[in-house]
Amino acid sequence: MSDWQPLILSFQVAFFATLLATVTGVLIGLWLTSSRAYGRDLIDAITSAPMVMPPTVLGYYVLVALGRNSAVGRGWEALFGSSIVFTRTGAVVAATLGSLPLVIKSARAALEGVDPTLLKAARTLGAGPVRAFVTVHLPLAARGLVAGVMLAFARSLGDFGVTLMVAGDIPGETQTAALAIYDMIQSHQEHAAAGMVAVLTSITIIALYVVNKLTAVRRDE
Amino acid sequence: MSEPSLTVDIHVERARGRDFTLDAKFSAPPGVTILYGPSGSGKSTTLAAICGLLTPQAGRIALGDELWFDAARGIRCPVEKRGIAFVFQSLALFPHMSARANVEYGLPRKMLRAERQRRAEEMLARMKVAHLAERRPGTFSGGEAQRVALARAFAPSPRLVLLDEPFSAMDRELRRDFIADVRGYVDEARIPLIHVTHHRNEARALADRVVLIDGGRITATGSVDELLPASLDKLDDSLRIHVRE
Repeated sequence: MSDWQPLILSFQVAFFATLLATVTGVLIGLWLTSSRAYGRDLIDAITSAPMVMPPTVLGYYVLVALGRNSAVGRGWEALFGSSIVFTRTGAVVAATLGSLPLVIKSARAALEGVDPTLLKAARTLGAGPVRAFVTVHLPLAARGLVAGVMLAFARSLGDFGVTLMVAGDIPGETQTAALAIYDMIQSHQEHAAAGMVAVLTSITIIALYVVNKLTAVRRDE
Repeated sequence: MSEPSLTVDIHVERARGRDFTLDAKFSAPPGVTILYGPSGSGKSTTLAAICGLLTPQAGRIALGDELWFDAARGIRCPVEKRGIAFVFQSLALFPHMSARANVEYGLPRKMLRAERQRRAEEMLARMKVAHLAERRPGTFSGGEAQRVALARAFAPSPRLVLLDEPFSAMDRELRRDFIADVRGYVDEARIPLIHVTHHRNEARALADRVVLIDGGRITATGSVDELLPASLDKLDDSLRIHVRE
């Protein structure tokens, strides 16, 4: 049963990472849709970078920014009694960074796809910016947003490079499924890895299939 | 008369993201004021500034004694506080809501839910579309959508109505019906209504007074007979048909 522990941890990490990436990603995506946003293209480039940047480079930045010697790392340790790096929190941070660009891209496209006149209509009907966002903008962009969340979950579930750099590969603590598979292959236990490989593969394919369905319906409308 | 008039005196630079400047000064008493001018003359920009979707660089906008915008004093009342009904050219009905939910949307949040529903149904019935209450806009015909949009606009008892060419896609008969509906509502409520159009017949059928706008400037204000005389109706119609062809 301990064989499945890394997979269970992966699901836990992916859940929290997706939650964080969704909230942050939708807010950043919303800000990027504003034509008056200053430095929009630069922020877009920076937040998209994790998609193409080597995981070691991204991991390096996280270690510098959140490591035990950083201000954030020290503050976190003082508050919660444990560090961010080389803990499950670090694994969540790593998975969040990897999935954030997917949420931002999807959210931006979905939110920009909503007719701005509908938002203006909501405002003239007495809705403040928050009510207009929650009752009109968000529901009309829902399909694209859900697609982004599904991609983010699938991406978080399988993060390898940044997780290894930031959280390490500590069995029972930070060893996620992707890391466990790597270790099994290294120790010639291919058969033992097959179960987790099959689960991760299935989830990825299901997620992408659902994303295709969601965005296809949207195109038809 | 105690009914408040709308007074507008604004200067908007680089409107619509291009080299266009708008200078508009006019007043709109209760009744129908037609903002009449060719495409690109600044009509929609003026409406956007009045309702607060666009902030002018200078000037002032007031409804009676209530100041909505004053650049010099730094006053800017947010869109949602102005109590305006804006009917857009595209109608902008919320596609994910039923007709009743669309109409309820503009009603005060503090109103009881049952009261909101009753008011929405009453307005839909008044616009002769009560049977659409539970349906969504995707299933409406053009005329039905127009009626639901008017029901939504009038339901909150607005203090000012702005119409941005909502009749442009309608056939002549439907348009006549709507003009009668709008006219009836404005006469009863005694509020100012500003209607943007470049259709002379539509303007003549609705207007109490006309404001002519061209190239971002108000060129004349006056009665409909002075500024849009009936004798030109035929000429205007033939020109319009020619242009459309």
